[in-house]
Amino acid sequence: MNRTIKSFLYPYAIWIAIMIVIPFFLIFFYSITQSRPDSPAIFRFTLKHYREFFKTENINILSKSVLLAVETTVLCLLLGYPAAWIIAKTKANVQNVILLLFILPMWINMLLRTYAWQVILGRTGILYTDAAVVIGMIYNFIPFMVLPIYTAITKIDKSLIEAANDLGANSKEAFLKVVFPLSMPGVVTGIVMVFLPAVSSFAIPRLLGGGQYVLIGNLIEKQFYLLNNWNFGSAISVILMILILISMRFMKKSGEMGGKGGAIPW
Amino acid sequence: METSEIKSTSYTVNKIKSYNQGSVKSNKPLIEIINLSKEFDGEIVLKEINLTIKENEFLTLLGPSGCGKTTILRILAGFVSPTNGDILFEGKSILNLPPNKRQVNTVFQRYALFPHLNVFENIAFGLRLKKKKDDEIVAKVKQMLRLVKLEGFESRNVNSLSGGQQQRVAIARALVNEPKVLLLDEPLAALDLKLRQEMQYELKEMQRETGITFIYVTHDQEEALTMSDTIVVMNSGLIQQVGTPIDIYNEPKNRFVANFIGESNIIPGQMVADYKVRFENQIFDCVDRGFHPNEPIDVVIRPEDLLIVDKDSAPLVGVVDSVIFKGVHYEICVIVNGREYVIHTTKSARIGDVVGLTVEPENIHVMEVEGVGNE
Repeated sequence: MNRTIKSFLYPYAIWIAIMIVIPFFLIFFYSITQSRPDSPAIFRFTLKHYREFFKTENINILSKSVLLAVETTVLCLLLGYPAAWIIAKTKANVQNVILLLFILPMWINMLLRTYAWQVILGRTGILYTDAAVVIGMIYNFIPFMVLPIYTAITKIDKSLIEAANDLGANSKEAFLKVVFPLSMPGVVTGIVMVFLPAVSSFAIPRLLGGGQYVLIGNLIEKQFYLLNNWNFGSAISVILMILILISMRFMKKSGEMGGKGGAIPW
Repeated sequence: METSEIKSTSYTVNKIKSYNQGSVKSNKPLIEIINLSKEFDGEIVLKEINLTIKENEFLTLLGPSGCGKTTILRILAGFVSPTNGDILFEGKSILNLPPNKRQVNTVFQRYALFPHLNVFENIAFGLRLKKKKDDEIVAKVKQMLRLVKLEGFESRNVNSLSGGQQQRVAIARALVNEPKVLLLDEPLAALDLKLRQEMQYELKEMQRETGITFIYVTHDQEEALTMSDTIVVMNSGLIQQVGTPIDIYNEPKNRFVANFIGESNIIPGQMVADYKVRFENQIFDCVDRGFHPNEPIDVVIRPEDLLIVDKDSAPLVGVVDSVIFKGVHYEICVIVNGREYVIHTTKSARIGDVVGLTVEPENIHVMEVEGVGNE
């Protein structure tokens, strides 16, 4: 790569170092140490925070979080794929309007939108249930499913669909054998982009699930803000991170089997 | 990969020897194109095209880009419907059939191979749709891979193949369905010169082996002359001339065809009588007849048919204006009466020399003058 072009990367590299790499090591450091309550500078190494996590109540919270995130992701995919397909099929000028409608709500703060859902769901009587949390998450995260799938579908060369028809495929067969497999990179990206924020979300479950509603994100938040137990909070964060890394690896593999190379950036 | 390309080269050399020996053609019409017209947003792309395509024929639609040749191909494949006219396939109209129900297959210009499938699955695509048995699919795909000389490439990713190999997969993917007609849309345009020439012979050979009618679209006149049984020269949505490569080359019907197929010297003249033509104020013997006495005509002389001779005995005398070495021949420009003549000859000449030019009667081609735009 050209040297001058390379130098444009430095600001971003510095940003990454300060905002991502250093905090990451701090979290990891907190998760394996225990400081004296009176003087935080004196600490000892320990794995007790990890041991503490593997208590039934915490595992229950984790599995409930994963379950709700999976439900959200699956529903986003089922709703989002046809939407992306229809958008990609419409005329170019109509396409832009529909895409704008998808993106428009994102211009409003997520918390405000979730407060609005609090009012709406309060009237229907399902506020403070799992369903309310899932509805709120789908509403917030579905653009992250639709947009990558839409992009993947529009990138498919039209002549590939013609080739499938030419070789004897009707439109349903052409979709199943060509369009869907080739849109897999978009599907994988969409799943990751929805699953990640869904599994670690804490604002939506608190607002739509109620004050006593605890998902893994709320558990972490509680350690930092309420209980001032940064070490245990860090340990849960690390565990969640490992879980996400494993599932992303898995997704990337299945994406490669489907399309050509996943769209996950690594 | 390396070995397969070497193999295919030696194969080509062997085939060139047996090339041009001709083959038996049936005269049964397979496709009849009747009064076919197409407009895109008010712009006329095809104007009342009439064309009959015979069984086992290698037919080339030749013309500059935008002449409508690809549109004819896409109408035949079913991707585009015509504004007017009809297409009969074995006597029956196919305009209402969707592409997947037509007995034609297409080799696309940029191959359009399925990137998520390997070579085997790309070729097997059509057979799998027809729900053929696995062992039959394996046998047929293997046979196709042999035909296109890609044995052992079954599990290769199509993106890892070279342009020429992708081209072969595209041909195999179409031919494995045993179509009545194979449509080829400038399939060699993306290949380099040497590979293109090699593939020309191989395509012709495949056509002969399989007995399938090939309809080939190209803007490359050399490609058309090399491979075709019949050439259809097109320009601005109209058929200019239909004929064998030799007819088209030797007896171009008009200036467009004469200029598009190879280089030519086009000289205005008059038909004095049958077998007598006058141009450059000289009377020449020729082999054309049937014109009105003194009818104005255009004379076409190919550069290789003009002979440089001694100036004292020659009908035409001129001055050498330029000499360019072209490898096999020299391209020499001679100015006669202010008109430039291009000559291809193996003998060189010096710039400024006064030379004589002559031409054999059978190499003088007379064509009717078009209404407007004459010199």
